[in-house]
Amino acid sequence: MTIEPHLPNPVGLALGASRKGFRGRLTRLCPSTPDHAQDWDELERRLIELGFVEGARIEVLHEGPIGRDPIAVRVEGATVALRRRIAMAIWAEQVSNERHNR
Amino acid sequence: MFEAALIGAPNCGKTTLFNALTGSSQKVGNYSGVTVERKTGTATTPAGHRLALIDLPGTHSLRARSLDEEVTRDVVLGRQPDEPRPDLLIAVADATNLRGALRLVSELKTVGLPVLLVLNMIDIARHRGIEIDIAGLSTALGLPVVAANSVRPGGTDALWAQLDALLAAGLPAPTASSWTQPGAADLRAALARADALIAAHVRLPEKPATLTTRIDSVLLHPIVGPVALLLLLFVMFQAVFAGAAPLMQLIADGFDALAGGIAAILPPGLIRSFLIDGAINGVGSVLVFLPQILILFLFILLLEDFGYMARAAFLMDRIMGSAGLHGRAFIPLLSSFACAIPGIMAARVIDNRRDRITTILIAPLMTCSARIPVYTLIISAFIPDRRTAFGIGLQGLVMFGLYLAGIIGAFATALASRLLFRRGEVQAPLMLDLPDYKLPRLRGIAIGLWQRARMFLRRAGTTIFLAMVVIWVLASFPLPPEGATGPAIDYSFAARLGHLIEPVMAPIGFTWEICVALIPGMAAREVAVAGLGTVYAVAGGGELTGQIATALSQHWSLATALAFLAWYVFAPQCISTLAVIRRETGSARMMWIAVTYLFALAYGAAFVTYHAAVLLGAG
Repeated sequence: MTIEPHLPNPVGLALGASRKGFRGRLTRLCPSTPDHAQDWDELERRLIELGFVEGARIEVLHEGPIGRDPIAVRVEGATVALRRRIAMAIWAEQVSNERHNR
Repeated sequence: MFEAALIGAPNCGKTTLFNALTGSSQKVGNYSGVTVERKTGTATTPAGHRLALIDLPGTHSLRARSLDEEVTRDVVLGRQPDEPRPDLLIAVADATNLRGALRLVSELKTVGLPVLLVLNMIDIARHRGIEIDIAGLSTALGLPVVAANSVRPGGTDALWAQLDALLAAGLPAPTASSWTQPGAADLRAALARADALIAAHVRLPEKPATLTTRIDSVLLHPIVGPVALLLLLFVMFQAVFAGAAPLMQLIADGFDALAGGIAAILPPGLIRSFLIDGAINGVGSVLVFLPQILILFLFILLLEDFGYMARAAFLMDRIMGSAGLHGRAFIPLLSSFACAIPGIMAARVIDNRRDRITTILIAPLMTCSARIPVYTLIISAFIPDRRTAFGIGLQGLVMFGLYLAGIIGAFATALASRLLFRRGEVQAPLMLDLPDYKLPRLRGIAIGLWQRARMFLRRAGTTIFLAMVVIWVLASFPLPPEGATGPAIDYSFAARLGHLIEPVMAPIGFTWEICVALIPGMAAREVAVAGLGTVYAVAGGGELTGQIATALSQHWSLATALAFLAWYVFAPQCISTLAVIRRETGSARMMWIAVTYLFALAYGAAFVTYHAAVLLGAG
């Protein structure tokens, strides 16, 4: 799978393409690969249950040892591990450190 | 008696709270029809009310996706067969992370049962500077809320007081549930409500918790992390083999003394032979492995409590993924090193059915502790105890190789099934909570270990003992005719059975004695050791367990020994495992698939090993 690091998109960056240290605010959940679309309703609900909703503060804390995959993401108070191809469905806008902590 | 059910996410400290509430009155069983663990206990409140408690399997949501979560949902909704609907739901929340729990509570409020919310691990939350307005939260939610700390004495006082207050006032009668599957919009709304509650009633510290992040920056480091995992596994297996040795010696000496005592009292004959060769040597040679099994389970329980298991899944995800497996499969497969049965049951955490079945089918290839007796016996009899390069013991190296062979076999099988039967299927997503690290609770660990020890002892006392009796009868009767010259066993049923299957096994270098030992070995792998002991001890006229290795080294070639080890890496010689596969997959077909492919692998591996060894001059 190839990941374009900075897709030009009005809703920001796909979390799946973000590197360790990325901090942002979730803007939108939307399918960006065919396998997301295949069962989008279920995937979207699971992401919400893990805390990924619009407006949530997210931060990429860790990257896996092989191919920097999966990633560990802090979402509000919780930490969640995701494969990058799933995280491609999570879109976020980057925020600076001061704004993130507010 | 009132029945209260504990419900909450995995890792919220629900089981620790359950232990604190019920103490030693716990019972572990299964829900009818499924192998989901059913934990119940009783307690008496300070005011003297009797209370039955049930610890429901952990769930993030009633929108159940796995077998465990379905049971929780069905109990709560009163749909679980043979399970009365509880009178009260005790929702357990991790006070350091309320968001998910508050969302679950908003679902629970629709099921028609009274709900009591417990903010568990309140001490950790306070320590981190998290301040919760409990009264305000209670008013806003419209249900009683109490804080608890299940590890300090008195930490559950507020909960007990609240339970008494509820029981004194009389619990409202359950009403019909209005719960329906929430859609994405419902979930968003519930999460927004949870966020609003947190904003209004919880003050979070300026700096978020950093200890877990700091530990993770080491343990999840791309290079240090995997090295630490390997090191940990190495220490674990060292402890299992080296650490257990003195205790095992003690148990073995105890059984030898018992056998010696009986030999001194009873005259030679059938009864003495039965007691010493059948019962004491048989059960003793299995019981001796209790220390190893307990040490392995101790590590697994500690790592689980500490919160490391999810990290291991994170680190291993890509490797597991390359074999078409889910990162979560790491946990069931790691447990399978202790025993495939809890491992297969742990596969319930994998919600994709086909991923789960693949994991279940390969779990028996992980070297379980029941193989340790077999491996240890053969290795000590045939592999010289000397050092290779870097001072690594040759015996340990062979043991490591056997573990590795099982792992490679498992991955190759998973990959083959992915390539052959599951082409074009989309891989299930890895989504995993990484809980904050917690110091393991000794009490919970002790309870867990005790439950496992009891399970093993019960097995040794029933299945294994029965198998020992059967093999002793097979090996002793019919009695040799008057004036017979050969060893008595040559005239027995066992010999006839062994000779019957010997032609099939001869190409892999197995003698009829081995074939005899393999038959009761189907009951449990470790029984084969006792089986070999009985076969050779009976043949040689009553030796003790310690001499089995010597007997084997006299009767077997090195090639046969190696082929026997190779056979044991793969062979599904455990009826309980097969029964669990059948139950967990809900399909007899899956069980037969497992039996067939595992025996085929075992035969193939033993065949190749035997002939390669013979070619190299070890025949």
